[in-house]
Amino acid sequence: MEWLTAVTAGVMAGLGIWMMLDQHLIRVVLGIAVFSNAINLGVLAAGRHAGDAPAFVTQGANAALVNPLPQALVLTAIVIGFALFVFALSILKRTYELHGKNETDDVTVVVEQPAPDGQENGFEEGGESAPGEPDPPAGERE
Amino acid sequence: MNLLLVLPILLPLTTLMLCLLARRRLAWVTAISLVGSTLLLMTGLWLVWFAAQGNVLSGQMGSWPAPYGISLVIDRLSAAMVAITGVIGLGTLVYMHRQPMATEFLRDAHLFVHGLLTGICGAFITGDVFNLYVWFEVLLMGSFALISLGGGQRRLAGAMTYIVLNLLATLLFLLAAGLVYGASGTLNMGELALIFRSGEATASATMGVTLMLLAFSIKGALFPVFGWLPASYHVAWVPVSALFAGLLTKVGVYALIRLVTLLWPAPGLAHDILLWVACATMLVGVLGAAAQTEIRRILSFHIVSQVGYMVLGLALATPLALAGAVFYLIHHIIVKANLFFIGGLASRLTGSERLARMGGLYSAKPLLAILFAIPALSLAGIPPLSGFWAKLILIRASLEAGHGWAAFIALLTGAITVLSMSKIWNEAFLKPHPDGAHCVQTNNGPRSPWVVAAVLALMTVILGFGAGPAMQYAWDASLQLTEASAYLRLPVTEGAP
Repeated sequence: MEWLTAVTAGVMAGLGIWMMLDQHLIRVVLGIAVFSNAINLGVLAAGRHAGDAPAFVTQGANAALVNPLPQALVLTAIVIGFALFVFALSILKRTYELHGKNETDDVTVVVEQPAPDGQENGFEEGGESAPGEPDPPAGERE
Repeated sequence: MNLLLVLPILLPLTTLMLCLLARRRLAWVTAISLVGSTLLLMTGLWLVWFAAQGNVLSGQMGSWPAPYGISLVIDRLSAAMVAITGVIGLGTLVYMHRQPMATEFLRDAHLFVHGLLTGICGAFITGDVFNLYVWFEVLLMGSFALISLGGGQRRLAGAMTYIVLNLLATLLFLLAAGLVYGASGTLNMGELALIFRSGEATASATMGVTLMLLAFSIKGALFPVFGWLPASYHVAWVPVSALFAGLLTKVGVYALIRLVTLLWPAPGLAHDILLWVACATMLVGVLGAAAQTEIRRILSFHIVSQVGYMVLGLALATPLALAGAVFYLIHHIIVKANLFFIGGLASRLTGSERLARMGGLYSAKPLLAILFAIPALSLAGIPPLSGFWAKLILIRASLEAGHGWAAFIALLTGAITVLSMSKIWNEAFLKPHPDGAHCVQTNNGPRSPWVVAAVLALMTVILGFGAGPAMQYAWDASLQLTEASAYLRLPVTEGAP
């Protein structure tokens, strides 16, 4: 069982990285989710995961049991990972509303723009018009 | 169980809760938040005083014995880091509390800053690898909220970069923690140190730790993996970027120092690699800064460059070099946050952050010019300010260790830093404002940012003139780091059932 978990984790991690290298921000954020689940699985596999054996048995029961600690770690990681993923999604949604499109190159272009003048420490720049398509070279930043 | 041990975590957390309860009134939130961070600062100073006498606080959460339960340890380095976190946290809150922003904006900023401080303090005092991961996530959540605070296209785009790359680093850290646990059967730093120091570590445990060091390097913005920092820090609100500049990368550097000194007290392969990385970080950071034309972008690249100095001290691994790294850490946090604060003041007065659109500050606001000159000269390493001593110690340590070329790169980086600071000085302060003399605002704005900048500048000067006692503390801290008796004792004394 262990090898199956390990291989699955590896394949999923590869998928996650591949998605993160995509041009579309949606895939990047989803890639984070896939990658984080791959790593959860990896942590489980690294901590002697024996497939279907339970982590807790009643006293005296003569059953095989696995180390519960990796399961506790992964449980923590899932909860935290979920919160971070939801936050990333909400930023993604807002970015999409402001830009109207979702490509990593646009993000780079916007960040590299010169700082806007005359704003009180740069509060709420949301009212600006979208940057006028400086035709970013597609796929250059892969 | 000592209350003092958990105060650095409890204080910001309690402040956060109280602020949340009082969220309808900004005045209450501000008052609670300022009192909370003042208490945190006082706790930090108390801890430093306590640790300076050679005491080490340690304890087990929930009284679970050491290899199973979570250990907290406060030694000299941790105490100093908690104190400096208090200084920068309080400084940020004072700086921002009178800014002309919407009520909700300020209230949220107060809340998130305390969330961030909780995570940072937790990371500084924990003695457990997985717990360190949890604190990283806590501070990450606070920093995500802070960097995207206020919204707007530019800021959200920067936040997106920041979020994706920092999440990646944290996930790598989680994987590394899992692998280390699988290979060595423990997450307690003390027991890990025992295993590694006795040479019983398996190859897979070493691989796991290496992955962990990579994750910390991303956090600390070291050479090949620093790209996220200059791509995101300049878009945040000024007090937020000052807080980040002061503290966030330093959590990564702290974790690097803690882990490397615990696991490999004597120089080895990891130190050789870190030495190259440190030199590359110093040089690439400072060269990147030379190409920038906005005040906060220049300063962001300088963070990268300065982190290189601290890692240089870690990589040399002699007591003197480690002491230099600790001293540099403290000096850098004060100076860098101060430069960001002053950069914010300067861009508010001239109406721009771009050096080409700034100017005339020297004649219009001589006080600001002095306030800028002190941390800028300190950053570049001009005697007798704190940066001079920090650089002197590190250069001497690298010469003593026989790495003359590392000393040369450190000196070269210092020289280019002077160049870069004089660029800001010439463009923003000396040169007349491009739109004529009247374009510098006469209104100084709220007084609190000025007070913060002045106090931090004063601290640089004090750290420079009082380098003796500070250096003594750093020296003791560095001895404690490699000796690590408090950590090594964890599984032995408190692990007994």
